Amino acid sequence: MNRMRQSVEVIGDSDAIAIERTLAGDRDAFRVLVERHSQSVFRLAYRMTGNQHDAEEVVQEAFLRAYQKLEQFAEKANFGTWVYRIAANYAIDRMRQRKSEDSQRAPAAARGVEEGAAELDLMSMVPDAAPSPERLAQSTQLAAHMRRALIELTPAERTAFVMRHWGGSGIEEIAAALESSSSAAKNTVFRAVQKLRQALGPFVEQRGQARAMGTEL
Amino acid sequence: MKHPDEEALIAYHDGKLTGGDGGDDNDALQREAVALHLKECPECKGELDRIDAVLAALDSMAVPDPGEDYGQRVWKQIAPRLPQKQRRWWQFGANKQEAGSASAWSGLFEPRRWFEPQRLATLAAVAALVVVAFLTGRHVGPPKPIADAANVRERVLTLAVGEHLGRSEMVLVELANAGPENGSGAKQVNIASEQRRAEDLLEENRLYRQTALEQGDTALASVLDELERVLLDVAHSPQQLSVAQLETIRERIAAKGILFKVRVVGQELQQRGASAQPSPGESQAAKIERKKT
Repeated sequence: MNRMRQSVEVIGDSDAIAIERTLAGDRDAFRVLVERHSQSVFRLAYRMTGNQHDAEEVVQEAFLRAYQKLEQFAEKANFGTWVYRIAANYAIDRMRQRKSEDSQRAPAAARGVEEGAAELDLMSMVPDAAPSPERLAQSTQLAAHMRRALIELTPAERTAFVMRHWGGSGIEEIAAALESSSSAAKNTVFRAVQKLRQALGPFVEQRGQARAMGTEL
Repeated sequence: MKHPDEEALIAYHDGKLTGGDGGDDNDALQREAVALHLKECPECKGELDRIDAVLAALDSMAVPDPGEDYGQRVWKQIAPRLPQKQRRWWQFGANKQEAGSASAWSGLFEPRRWFEPQRLATLAAVAALVVVAFLTGRHVGPPKPIADAANVRERVLTLAVGEHLGRSEMVLVELANAGPENGSGAKQVNIASEQRRAEDLLEENRLYRQTALEQGDTALASVLDELERVLLDVAHSPQQLSVAQLETIRERIAAKGILFKVRVVGQELQQRGASAQPSPGESQAAKIERKKT
């Protein structure tokens, strides 16, 4: 535990040095920050946007914005958390933009179905090395339901849920990303969990029962 | 205590994970009360287990691994777009250790180093340039109006986007004409070549779309966005497609009329970029024409 805390502190210290050097005009020092935090920002972005292409765009844009705003970064803050929030904000913008573009092209409901279908199409095309077809079918089906349930959350709900559940972000941090009050952010997390539960509960229970009966392969 | 509602149970689950962050004293008290209740109430315990199960299932959702070199790739993509930051005035010459990595010009602003021979030579050269520029200005007179840097940049960008759309059009046309090899009797179509090119085009497309958005050219941004979705579909498809799968992709392309849009806008941009610099009136007319498309 102590070793872990020490390594976090070391990363924090070296982040601070890289930031100082970047601000002093050494552009290449920013590379350290990009290489160190890209993976975690990608995971956040993928879970928020639901596809790799948008996630990669979010990652690039987050680091570009972080570089532009680096002067505003408070020295004692954590760079990882800060860039995470920038990425979450941009991902929200991107999701809203996609939504408004979609609603201009086709009725929202029809679009939702089409997008879900497209996701499923792509997923069904992906070859999988798993040997059991039944297990593959079950896990693919559940994964498709989960993806769809996340897509059907509002951008704010998805952001709040992803930041809280997978990012471990504090309520204040989520509130800042959503530009809302802490209590509103807390409610958004709750609504997201409630919706996910409604959408996925029956499938998860079904899987649980299958496991208990030993019918899941 | 009466049975906690769903919100209280979700808050309890959340508190277990985060150690109660974001809560006040009331929340802490409520969590304690729920914990006590759960020990005695199998019904609520079951409800909490169901919440835990859904969230645990979500944890199993795979996130693609972008690869160990992902950070390096991100850096490669963004580095050309990062402007050099100016050193703050109090940082000039403040830290000798940093001086090695910072710009060599920074030392010029350090008064105690001004009198070093090489600094004096540089200062003399700068002074000479200023004098020459002043004298040249007097003899030559005011400069004639020429295309400024922004216009040149816009023309280069216009040409580049036009060419990009041209290349994208070729990929779409090839996909439209793709089919199993003649006489082979194969039911699969190999689109590996189109796929590789679609992947290359995707990255460019994203940059051009962002630039178009930044410049307020929403019509162009919208065409590029539609194109991006099609390229994405192609890039993420398997290399070997069944005839039916290929037909689905073709239908998506046809439904959006993307091939026509890409062709019209691409040709217009290529012509505009290749011709002499358009007048503001012409440029505006072209934009209106593109919006119609």
